[in-house]
Amino acid sequence: MAKITFITSDNEKITLEGTTGSVMALAVENNIKGIDGDCGGVCSCATCHVHVTPENMAKTGEASEIEMDMLELDDNTDEYSRLCCQLEISDAIDGVVLKVAK
Amino acid sequence: MEKSKLTDPFEKARLETGLGEMNDQNDPVTMLLRHKDVRKSAHNYKTFQSGATPGRIVIPSEVDIRDTRQIPFEVDPPEHKDYRAIIEPWFRRPLQAEYEKKLTAIITSIVEHALTKESIEVVTEFSLPLQSNALTLLINSDASEAETWISWGTHVFRSEGEALDGDKATVLYDYIENQIEEAINSPSENLFTKLVNSEFQGRKLTKEEIKGIMVLTFAGGRDTVINAVTNSIAYFSEHPESLQRIQKEPEIIGNAVEELIRYFSPLTQMGRVVTEDTYVCEHAAKANSRVSLCWASANRDEKVFENPNEIILDRKINPHVGFGFSHHNCLGATHARQIMRILLKTLSNKIQSIDILDYKENIEDLDQFKRKVGYDSIHVKFNPKTI
Ligand code: HEM
Ligand code: HEM
Ligand code: FES
Repeated sequence: MAKITFITSDNEKITLEGTTGSVMALAVENNIKGIDGDCGGVCSCATCHVHVTPENMAKTGEASEIEMDMLELDDNTDEYSRLCCQLEISDAIDGVVLKVAK
Repeated sequence: MEKSKLTDPFEKARLETGLGEMNDQNDPVTMLLRHKDVRKSAHNYKTFQSGATPGRIVIPSEVDIRDTRQIPFEVDPPEHKDYRAIIEPWFRRPLQAEYEKKLTAIITSIVEHALTKESIEVVTEFSLPLQSNALTLLINSDASEAETWISWGTHVFRSEGEALDGDKATVLYDYIENQIEEAINSPSENLFTKLVNSEFQGRKLTKEEIKGIMVLTFAGGRDTVINAVTNSIAYFSEHPESLQRIQKEPEIIGNAVEELIRYFSPLTQMGRVVTEDTYVCEHAAKANSRVSLCWASANRDEKVFENPNEIILDRKINPHVGFGFSHHNCLGATHARQIMRILLKTLSNKIQSIDILDYKENIEDLDQFKRKVGYDSIHVKFNPKTI
């Protein structure tokens, strides 16, 4: 079980609990504003872009190469950017805080 | 496994130079074949523009047959964003439960009808009615409008044997103009009425703008959806095991749809006009010349996709550009994905196997390349699930 907190672009803070699947799927199920997950999580749409808060970066790790190539061409990407369809829910990311990019 | 295969004619050129050449009506096109170049150039709207003379970014060029600018397709940022904002929420309606339910009913009835026939021609008797009926949901028009659209045939814009036919396109333009008048005189809940009541940068949309949006909705979603559906039927007829797998593991449907779109790439390419002298793959591209973003080649790029010429139904990482990339990515993608997801689900529940009886391939002639995009016709027999 992992607790994951989303901060949306209008500064709403929502904490969800999940056990399996991707962070994107959890966000879409719960209608988190700004996360659409159009491609269903295959890394082709970037509608699941989040900024990991710096202190949580160790938990999530950095974006993979394919993810970076995608992010590089998205708006307001920085070194804390991730596509959250590529984040698997597990105990390892418990307590993580993610700022929705859109 | 040959009949459903779509080979990759771009491989050699993509590896060697990354470019292809096509002469289209004396307005040559430099085709960008590599995934990275396609995505970068799609993103860089300042150097590779969409807002050129109407029809020029389409290949074959439609400059000689129309003046109406297609919106938001032939507009660049920042205006592009304001236009898209008007229609984007509408094009996300396919995610609503009620929409999904109606779409499921449409697809179920078409599949059940197909099961009653000894032989069915998929393009005109399956994919076209499916596409047209589904479009009534997207436009939110009366279900009966589909009859009119089906009567136009698969090629609204061309007569037999002719690449472009201006006269034929007027059927669609006339229809759209009439619908706009009707929306003004007797408003309803459909997309025409929605546009008549919409504002762009603080003023009402003009009739010409509404026309530009609607013609695109009809044209962009027609051949593309028909090819995606028809190619899927051909694929499953040679891969009944995939249907069985989808029935057992419906959770892979999302991935399977993305993979089929990657492999089929129903829209081969789309052009851009170069605004300043630049380089693509170490090759000079002059201002006011044309390049194309070849989605179909990018989707087989061996540097990005493992086993690019195989359909791997549950491919996990799949950064395909079948629906385009960046600013102009496909507005109809939500609708198209729902069609494909529901089609796969319905087929896997109802169909045991499909026999191909005969077929004629639709080969696009791109000068240097010949690419199969689908079928002119394909007769099949659907066999029901017995257990
Ligand atoms: C499997 C089906 C489809 C495929 C493969 C497809 C593919 C594409 C591609 C590659 C683009 C990008 C063009 C560019 O960058 O210049 C595009 C744009 C577009 N498509 Fe689709 N399409 C499909 C279905 C649809 C449907 C059903 C509709 C609407 C009814 C539609 C409407 C549009 C529109 C309006 C645009 C322009 C968006 C913009 O300029 O912002 N498409 N499509
Ligand atoms: C007013 C707008 C449009 C017109 C007049 C138009 C016209 C045509 C014509 C004449 C063809 C046949 C070409 C040939 O066989 O040589 C064609 C094919 C095609 N068009 Fe369009 N088009 C329009 C917009 C679009 C858009 C926006 C898209 C996608 C985003 C699109 C996707 C396709 C595809 C995939 C084919 C190939 C289908 C096939 O031959 O099987 N079209 N279109
Ligand atoms: S959901 Fe499409 S890239 Fe993450």
